[in-house]
Amino acid sequence: MSTNQFNSTPITPELVKEHGLNEEEYKLVLEIMGREPNINELGIFSVMWSEHCSYKSSKKWLKTLPTKADWVIQGPGENAGVIDIGDGQAAIFKMESHNHPSFIEPYQGAATGVGGIMRDVFTMGARPIANLNALRFGAPEHPKTRHLLSGVVEGIGGYGNCMGVPTIGGETNFHASYNGNILVNAMTVGLADTDNIFYSAAAGIGNPVVYVGSKTGRDGIHGATMASAEFDDDSDEKRPTVQVGDPFTEKLLLEACLELMATDMIVAIQDMGAAGLTSSSFEMASKGGVGVELWLDKVPMREEGMTPYELMLSESQERMLMVLKPGCEEAAKAIFDKWELDFAVIGTLTDTKRMVLKWHGELAGDLPIDPLAEASPEYDRPWEETPKQDRIDPASLSGKVDHIDALKTLIASPDLASRRWIWEQYDHLVMGNTIVRPGGDAGVVRVSGTNKGIAATTDCTPRYVMADPVEGGKQAVAEAYRNLIATGAKPLAITDNMNFGNPERPRIMGQFVGACKGIADACITLEFPVVSGNVSLYNETNGEGIMPTPAIGGVGVISDLAHHATIGLKAGEGALVMIGAATGELGQSLYLKTIEGREEGAPPPVDLNAEKRAGTLVRELIELGAVKTCHDIADGGLLVTVAEMCMAGKIGADVSLPEQGSEAAWLFGEDQGRYVIATSDPDKVLNAAASANVAAVIVGQIGGDAISIEGDAKVSVSDLRDLNEGWMPSFMADAT
Amino acid sequence: MKSAVILFPGINRENDAIAALKQATGTQPTLVWHGETELPNVDIIMVPGGFSYGDYLRCGAMAAKSPIMRAVADRASQGVTILGVCNGFQILTEAGLLPGALMRNASLKFICKNTHLKIENTTTRFTNQYGKGDVVDYPVAHHDGNYFADEDTLNRLEGEGRVVLRYCDANGAVDTETNLNGSQRNIAGIINEAGNVLGMMPHPENAIDPLHGGIDGRGLFKSMVEAVS
Repeated sequence: MSTNQFNSTPITPELVKEHGLNEEEYKLVLEIMGREPNINELGIFSVMWSEHCSYKSSKKWLKTLPTKADWVIQGPGENAGVIDIGDGQAAIFKMESHNHPSFIEPYQGAATGVGGIMRDVFTMGARPIANLNALRFGAPEHPKTRHLLSGVVEGIGGYGNCMGVPTIGGETNFHASYNGNILVNAMTVGLADTDNIFYSAAAGIGNPVVYVGSKTGRDGIHGATMASAEFDDDSDEKRPTVQVGDPFTEKLLLEACLELMATDMIVAIQDMGAAGLTSSSFEMASKGGVGVELWLDKVPMREEGMTPYELMLSESQERMLMVLKPGCEEAAKAIFDKWELDFAVIGTLTDTKRMVLKWHGELAGDLPIDPLAEASPEYDRPWEETPKQDRIDPASLSGKVDHIDALKTLIASPDLASRRWIWEQYDHLVMGNTIVRPGGDAGVVRVSGTNKGIAATTDCTPRYVMADPVEGGKQAVAEAYRNLIATGAKPLAITDNMNFGNPERPRIMGQFVGACKGIADACITLEFPVVSGNVSLYNETNGEGIMPTPAIGGVGVISDLAHHATIGLKAGEGALVMIGAATGELGQSLYLKTIEGREEGAPPPVDLNAEKRAGTLVRELIELGAVKTCHDIADGGLLVTVAEMCMAGKIGADVSLPEQGSEAAWLFGEDQGRYVIATSDPDKVLNAAASANVAAVIVGQIGGDAISIEGDAKVSVSDLRDLNEGWMPSFMADAT
Repeated sequence: MKSAVILFPGINRENDAIAALKQATGTQPTLVWHGETELPNVDIIMVPGGFSYGDYLRCGAMAAKSPIMRAVADRASQGVTILGVCNGFQILTEAGLLPGALMRNASLKFICKNTHLKIENTTTRFTNQYGKGDVVDYPVAHHDGNYFADEDTLNRLEGEGRVVLRYCDANGAVDTETNLNGSQRNIAGIINEAGNVLGMMPHPENAIDPLHGGIDGRGLFKSMVEAVS
């Protein structure tokens, strides 16, 4: 070996520990290398085997998720998932977390999260056409919450708005369990032609390895390792590991890549995300079964005096690695010159199946590719099942709050208050194809030049997952399904973003295992496979973990936008019909929490077969043009759902009470698998439901300018709207 | 009827502009790259919205110095109809084709929502399809739409009927309450002295299809077509 120059740094046990490798793992490093690694090689093992890059705690369980359907073109394992949406077109999408960096530096953390997920999508040849996000913050009263919320929202807007991709949906929760670990999950949906999708497997010995985009700086070094550890009180010191985003450069990179992709010059392409050049080069080589020689001194550098170690580990943004067909270098470079982006040939493919790093002609590292990329550790971590909780008996309610007062309180609570303050900071209209804007069940964008729509949503109810990971996992998938159905879309596939605490604790690992089981069950019954995803573990601070949050991003297709539904009531629609059965499940409901002050009980169970029948019925009614107004029943239950439909349509409604049983459980229970639709022909809906073996009942009548319960106890729609719209602006204005 | 859309690096509403022009003119507009020095022979030129050069200096300042802007200025002086929307408005003010400047929104936040606008002058080549005092509904999507000019300039603009659009409510009330972004005198759009260049912050090109939730924007494009044909 002639790696002497880089052997000057002694590899001490402390240094190994600083690189996040435990003793067992380092033993494996020595075995694979057959010698002591140098510092560059140690750094590479460190990031490649970080939880973030290797999925070492989670992959045993991720493998159990269903990933196949006739319309799935590419499941998990590539930069993003790909589904066929007909007419020779594909939707390419994924959701990814940027939790740790966003807590440390909210603007840049969130911005680069958005930038990273868009790169994952356009790397595959798709133009991004919609962004969404799933955000979790600490309790509203926590001193950091406003600062983090404001920074994250500005960061998401700052990046997405500049890129010219509409942000059409998302969700935001507040809970004390996120006080020390916020969650920022960003999702992008792109559109490509099915015959022009790009993959990452390198091929062609001797083909040039090309670097394009921004120059490499010292930002984000060890970001992946940072994202694989718990926080403590000194986490602010990790600020330098957060990357800095440049959306303008990414916009140029997007246009340049799509221009190059319209030619026939690319063999393989991969974005440089977590673990930068290391991860992208190893993944491309490993998938293609080839070796790579990299000339690190040729990498475009932002700063002087950068070392091979820094170049391999930097997470500078807005960069791509490509393998080109031989002889295409000049023509490809001309495109990047036009967009004023760096373009450098930094290596070549070899037949050695090794990664050889050169620095001004000298050897700086030499590692086998497959053992690193594929033989990374896989743990079967011990796990404990979450103890089941009892169903809440409605008789245990204090019942001291009047129903309309409870509605007013709920609708203005942090859990249910309007998120308009957030989504009006996102350009949700650019591209001119936004058909259903944020604030409804799912966002819908038109496929340009057609009358087809793509619906997308993000969903999870962490308090259900906490109480029962299996039912909660099912519910997250079912709610995404329901939100797509409610717009009239056929749900096609999901991306999952698994946010959990420290998997080394059996209780947390049990949450992960349970959620995977629930997700898998729901995906199978609903024919709604997982095509991409991301895992974020170690969301803990000083030993306190977050609520388990497997965020689900769902995508569906509306075949004819002339027939789609929105949540706002429309004049002339007489009756409100509830689709789906209710037994009054109050466990973990917002009513129980907000009105009764109890966070407990079994969450509402999900009957997947009933879910499928109800969903199919509702979608068919919308497709037939029989229903224009539909809203799924979720947080807050029936009365909150009707109130949201009234507020969106600025029309009142009268809601009926059940003949028997608890009124509160009927009005505020969160039973799953339900929708409210408004119709001028309720008999038609009830008959269709009866023949589809779906429960359906008239629950109210539309009209007037107030919401009432059996003619009594009114609140005007405009007063309710003021309450609903008022909370977040006044909360954010109180920032000190 | 021929039209051109200018493309600067970082512009992102060029396809929205193309869709609206195509709908109004019946022909596909020509996309012109910022590095060009010559424009094709066209009746309408549109400078679309986005983030030219990332808005990293002042919004529009870099794009205003692009080679193509000399050609745009020449056409402006020849009387060609020129529409600048959002970043396009900012670029036209930075290029000196329109007076004033667009500052950061008074809220200091990006604003994306629909807003009502009062058509103050229906005799322009951009608004001849609307009635005097009409209230229209277009979306806005900007961070820097807060129009500023000195008092003399504002008085002159008002006196010459060059304030074309103002932020208002559904009833046409123009006041502080309905001032979306802090603009002087609620100004949302102005024309140049010769009346052939309009700069505006709202996006008529995103209100041309019933599926957008409204088609009020069509009138503005139709006006240009009527005026030049």
